[in-house]
Amino acid sequence: MEYLIIIIGAIFVNNIVLAQFLGICPFLGVSTRVSTATGMSAAVMFVMTLATMVTYLLNTLLLIPLGLDKFLQTVVFILVIAALVQMVELILKKVSPPLYQALGVYLPLITTNCAIMGVALLVFKKNFGLIESVVFAIATAIGFGLALVLFAGIREKLELYEIPEAMKGAPIALVTAGLLSLAFMGFSGMV
Amino acid sequence: MNSRDKKKEKKKLASTFPNMVLVLTVIAAISALALGFTYTATKDAIAQVEVKRTLKALGEVLPAFDNNPNDEKYMVEGDDDLQIYPAKTDDQPVGIAVKTYSDKGFNERIWLMVGFDKDKKINNISVLKHKETPGLGTKMKEPKFKDQFNGKDPASYRLKVTKDSGDVDAISAATISSRAFCDAVQRAYDALSKERKEVKDESQK
Amino acid sequence: MNLKNEFVRGLIRENAVFVLLLGMCPTLAVTGSAINGMGMGLASTAVLLGSNVVISSIKNLIPDKVRIPAFIVVIASFVQVIDLVMNAYTPDLHEQLGIFIPLIVVNCIILGRAEAFASKNGILGSLIDGLVMGLGFTCSLVILGSVREVLGAGSIFGIKFVSADASTILLFILPPGAFIALGFLIAAVNRLTRKRA
Repeated sequence: MEYLIIIIGAIFVNNIVLAQFLGICPFLGVSTRVSTATGMSAAVMFVMTLATMVTYLLNTLLLIPLGLDKFLQTVVFILVIAALVQMVELILKKVSPPLYQALGVYLPLITTNCAIMGVALLVFKKNFGLIESVVFAIATAIGFGLALVLFAGIREKLELYEIPEAMKGAPIALVTAGLLSLAFMGFSGMV
Repeated sequence: MNSRDKKKEKKKLASTFPNMVLVLTVIAAISALALGFTYTATKDAIAQVEVKRTLKALGEVLPAFDNNPNDEKYMVEGDDDLQIYPAKTDDQPVGIAVKTYSDKGFNERIWLMVGFDKDKKINNISVLKHKETPGLGTKMKEPKFKDQFNGKDPASYRLKVTKDSGDVDAISAATISSRAFCDAVQRAYDALSKERKEVKDESQK
Repeated sequence: MNLKNEFVRGLIRENAVFVLLLGMCPTLAVTGSAINGMGMGLASTAVLLGSNVVISSIKNLIPDKVRIPAFIVVIASFVQVIDLVMNAYTPDLHEQLGIFIPLIVVNCIILGRAEAFASKNGILGSLIDGLVMGLGFTCSLVILGSVREVLGAGSIFGIKFVSADASTILLFILPPGAFIALGFLIAAVNRLTRKRA
């Protein structure tokens, strides 16, 4: 039951992008087409889950017992994430070259996706165990994908409308995101 | 411009395997040393901040005392995250405070300092740390919500929100935060009947 | 390097938030109040300055293939230092900014400047570049923070100017308000710069 609350919380109530402000850069950058949005979400889900697992184990089994987490956590965490992204890039190049091409420069940018580093840090602030952390990571990634795909769908439609010059591009995207965020706030009565 | 670029190209270290490993190792080593140094330099100041916060909260939640509850703090069996602070006047116990927490909040773990009088009734509560929604969950810090606990005896006062058949008036539109608050207070009350555990070292949490 | 030009560049023409659209996460997350915005901006500027200077000093010692991991270690170290220093000397701000302090390490502005400028230019130039981009970032955070604080809490830099129970537009302190406020601010910037052009 606890897991259900974590899942619903991460996807809807406390959506990583729309409520916690993590993962905004790819959210604004890759959400122009539903197809790239789904591809990016899958990549993020893979990296996020793996990264959370590795950083969790590293922190719990190595850094904290040695007292190193107080001053080495940031460096170790981001290096793990960077290494994992490199790995994903190599795997994707071999397994699915078209997806690799489609994601282009956004793939290495997953390293600087605050959502990944954010989740890795958050599971310790929430005092989760290993399984809870993994469940949280997967659910968060689903929430990320949901927000991304929804947003891409809206943006594809927006292209057909007349938008004032000053609002074109980022401004209208942000206002739309704000409305989407407002809609998601309605979920907070759920848990 | 061209020859200057060529010069810059030449000056950069070649990307040979030994070079790459060496450079990364050196950078990592220097970084670790610098960070270790900074940590040692700031460790005491950081601990002091924590002590100050604790003492301030203790002053707010306990009845008048003349000892230093922080010096006499202890832990209990079953939960290493709780801290108990006995308050005394002329060596007679006048109250007890518990640094408690709840993971049921909206975002991160919330920390409360709950002060009890010598009859184990709630004296006052101070919110130490929280990351609840501004304007909604943050209302737990306001007297309107927080003060309803004061003077209540948890032996008879049900520490749950009315939605969960309790006696606590939840903050409107912030049931989660209200529940978490109750959870923390209940945990504090339960700690009073737990076995004391010896504090092995003085390192603060 | 013309100092005045540099400041105009960092503040207006290449403003990290309003023009380049970098560093969005902290921008939206911590601008619920002007003070928090300023604190985050200054902390990020400190990291940017440190990393730019260090990376510029050792740029010729870093083999090209490992430059990104090398930059990351340098940046992450400065972030950790700032985290510790803030925890010790500005504890309330540290508490308010929370996990967004360690998240400075993934602020695209810092890695971006390291890659685009510090790794290719001299130390003094990198110092100035870090300073102007950082201050430009800080300004935009303060502006957004002020707008959200005024509308959402009826105060500015913590000083309330409406009566205690006046109703404010709470939305602006919450996530949707952040998006909407930033959206309109960027639109305003677009409008102003277009007129000038």
